[in-house]
Amino acid sequence: MAAIAKPLSRRHAEEHEDPREHLMHDPLPRGKMNEMVMEAMHETGWKFWVATGFLTLVVLGALVYAWYYLIMEGLGVAGVNRPVFWGIFLVNVVFWIGISHAGTFISAILRVLKVESRRPFTRAAELMTTFGLVQAGFSVFMHMGRVWLTYWMFPIPNERMLWPDFHSPLMWDLMAITTYLLSSTMYLFLPLIPDLAMARDRTEGGWRKTFYKILALGFRGTEGEWKNLTTAMNIFAFAIIPVMFSVHTIVSWDFAMASRPGWSSTVFGPYFVIGALHSGMAAVAIVLFLLRNTMKHYKYFIRPEHFDTIGMLMFMVSMAWAYFYFNDYIVPWYGGDVWAKLFQEWAEKGPHWYLWYIMLFCNIVVPWSILWNRKWRRTPWLLAIAGILINVGMWLERYIIIPEGLTINRMPFTWRVYVPGIEIALTIGLFALFFLLYMLASRLIPLIPVWEVQEGQEAHLIRKIGKAEISTLSDME
Amino acid sequence: MTSNLELPVFTNNSEAELGGKWGMVVDRDLCTGCQACVAACSMENNVPFVGETDMAYGRGMHWIRVERLWEGLEADYQEVKMTSYQPLMCQQCHNAPCEPVCPVYAAVHSMSEDINLQVYNRCVGTRYCANNCPYQARVFNWRDYTDYRPGNTADNDPSWSVLQNHLNPDVTVRRRGVMEKCTFCIQRIHKAEDTAKSEGRDVRDGEVVPACAQACPANAITFGRIDDPESMVSKAAETSRGSLLLEEMRTQPRVTYLAGGA
Repeated sequence: MAAIAKPLSRRHAEEHEDPREHLMHDPLPRGKMNEMVMEAMHETGWKFWVATGFLTLVVLGALVYAWYYLIMEGLGVAGVNRPVFWGIFLVNVVFWIGISHAGTFISAILRVLKVESRRPFTRAAELMTTFGLVQAGFSVFMHMGRVWLTYWMFPIPNERMLWPDFHSPLMWDLMAITTYLLSSTMYLFLPLIPDLAMARDRTEGGWRKTFYKILALGFRGTEGEWKNLTTAMNIFAFAIIPVMFSVHTIVSWDFAMASRPGWSSTVFGPYFVIGALHSGMAAVAIVLFLLRNTMKHYKYFIRPEHFDTIGMLMFMVSMAWAYFYFNDYIVPWYGGDVWAKLFQEWAEKGPHWYLWYIMLFCNIVVPWSILWNRKWRRTPWLLAIAGILINVGMWLERYIIIPEGLTINRMPFTWRVYVPGIEIALTIGLFALFFLLYMLASRLIPLIPVWEVQEGQEAHLIRKIGKAEISTLSDME
Repeated sequence: MTSNLELPVFTNNSEAELGGKWGMVVDRDLCTGCQACVAACSMENNVPFVGETDMAYGRGMHWIRVERLWEGLEADYQEVKMTSYQPLMCQQCHNAPCEPVCPVYAAVHSMSEDINLQVYNRCVGTRYCANNCPYQARVFNWRDYTDYRPGNTADNDPSWSVLQNHLNPDVTVRRRGVMEKCTFCIQRIHKAEDTAKSEGRDVRDGEVVPACAQACPANAITFGRIDDPESMVSKAAETSRGSLLLEEMRTQPRVTYLAGGA
C-alpha cells in the first residue's frame, strides 16, 4: 500500500492554533473510541425517556389520531379550499425532501471531494435523509383525497389494463422519491456495516446481539470485505449525486409544469435544489448541536471545527439561494406577464405580506450577518439558532409558493384566502415523529462512523520539519 | 435498408377533430344573473349542498357559477357600469390542461364526444387537475356531502335524510375525496344518442339540452353540435361578438362567450 504524504493546506486563521483542536490531529485508540460510542448508545438517562414519552404522545395525538380523523371525515377538516387545492401538506412535502437533501450532499459530495472534516457527521446527516423522506412520504399520503387507493398510482399489472399516467409530474415524483428513498437507505446502510459489526462484537447477548448480528451481515473486517465495501460505497457515492439533484428538480416540476402564474418557471429546478440544500444544511447544524449536547462523549467527536465547516457551507448556499431567488423574481418581472406580476405583488403586498419579509430576513439577513465571522461560526448554539431561523424561512418560502400562490389565479372571481386547519396538528406531529425516530435510532445504531474517523486519524500526521510543525495528510492508495 | 424514422403524429390536432363535437354558446348580454342554471345543474347532476360554513369558505361545489364582474370600480362609484354576468362551467377544452397531470387517468378525454370526463371511481384525490385548470372549473368533494344518513349531513341536521329522494338516478353520487366537474350533461347526450340510434337517424339540433340551458329564462345558453355549420350553436358562435375565455392559453375551449352587442 503506497502512501503519499503531503502538507495539509490550512487557512490563514488557523496557523497559530494548536492543531490538536482538530479531531483528526487528536487521535484516540480505536478501542477507546468504540467504547465511547457504545457507551453513548447504551447509557440512557431519565431525560431521554421523558423526551421520548412526550414525543410519543405528540405523535399519537397530533399525527396518528389527527390523520385518522382526516381520513374518516375527508379533507374538509383541513384548510384547503378552492382555489387553494394544495395547502400545507405540499409545503411539508417540499420542506422534508429539502431536509433530506443535506444528508446526501454531505456524505456523498463531501466524500467524493475528500473533505476531511465530514468524517464524524456523515452518519448523522444520512440518517436525516432517510427520516426526512419518511416525513415527506407521509405528507404526500395525507394530502390525497382517497389515500386508501394509493396503490392505483403504482404500475401494477392488472386484468383491466389500468395503468398510471406517466405524463403526470406526480408520477415522476413518485418514481423519483421512491428511487431516492431506496438508494439513500442503502447508502446509509453500507458505511454502517463495519460499525454494526463493531457493535455486535461488543454486545454480550440479548436481543441487541441478534439485532446487530443480522444487520452486520457477517462482516469480519477482512481485507477482501473492506475492498468490496469500499468499492460499493464509491459506486453509491457517485451514483447517488445525480439522484439527489434529480429528486428535487422533479419535485419542482410538480409546480413548474403547471400552467399557473408564478409556477411555470424554467428556473424552478436548480432554484428548488439550492433551496433544499439551504434548509438541509441548516438542519444538519441543528442536529449536530443536539447530538453534541445530549449524547455522552460526543463533544470529542463533534467539535467547533465541524460547525465551522457547516457554517461555511450554509453561508455559501445562502448566497446561491439569494441569487436564484432574485433570478426567479426578476426574470418573470422582465417578462412582463400580467399574471406573474400579480403573483409577485400578492407576496409582497397581499394580506400576508409579512411572511415575505420574514422569509427574506431568515434566509438572507440571518445567515449573512452571522456566518461571515469565523468565531461565531464556531459557536454551536449560535449556529443552531441560525439553523432554526433558516428552516423557518425556507418553510415560509414554500408556503408563499404553494398556498399563497394558489390564492390568486386567472379567474379573480374565485380568489379565496387559505386558513390552515388540521394541517397544523399534522405538521407538529411530523416534526415530533422525525425527532422520535432520530432518538430511537440513537439508541440502536452508532451515530458516529468510528471506522471513518479512525481512518482519517491514521492518515493525518503532524511532522516536524526543522522547527516547524506541519500537519500532513497521507493519501491511501 | 430503409427504416421509417417519422415521428408519430398526434392526431388530436387534425382538422376534423379541431372542429370538436359538442359546444355551447353563452350570451353574456342576455344573462340576468338569476342563478337558475346553477340550481338546475345541481339538481340534474346530484351536486351536493355543502352548508353555509363550507360555502363561505370557498368549498361550494356548483358545476356552473355565475361570475359577477364589475367595471370601473377603481374610479368613482358613479362610473360603475352595469354588472356583467359570466356563467362559467367547464370549458371542455380540446387541449385540456387538467388531463395530462392526473397520475391515474381519472381525468380523461372522451374520444367519441370530444369532451373531458372525470372518472369518479378512479380518482385518488391529488387535486392536481384542479390546480392546473385555468378556469377553476373543477370542484372537490371535501367531505361526504351526499351521505344523507343521520349525523352525516353538512350541517348535522337529521331531517336531511329525506333529501336523498331528490337524487337523479342517471348520475353517479360522489363520495369524499373525489374531483368532479361539469360534463355537458353527458347523461342527456347519451339518452338522445340512444333514442336517435333506435329510430335510425342522427341526433337533431336542439334535441340535447343541458340542464343549465333548459332552465335559463333568458335563453342565454345555446347547446348543440359545433361540427354542424347549420346548427343553432354554430351560427351563434360565428357572430363577431364571440370570444373564447383565456384564448391565449391555447386550451381550445368549446364554450363561446358572446358580449358587446347592442
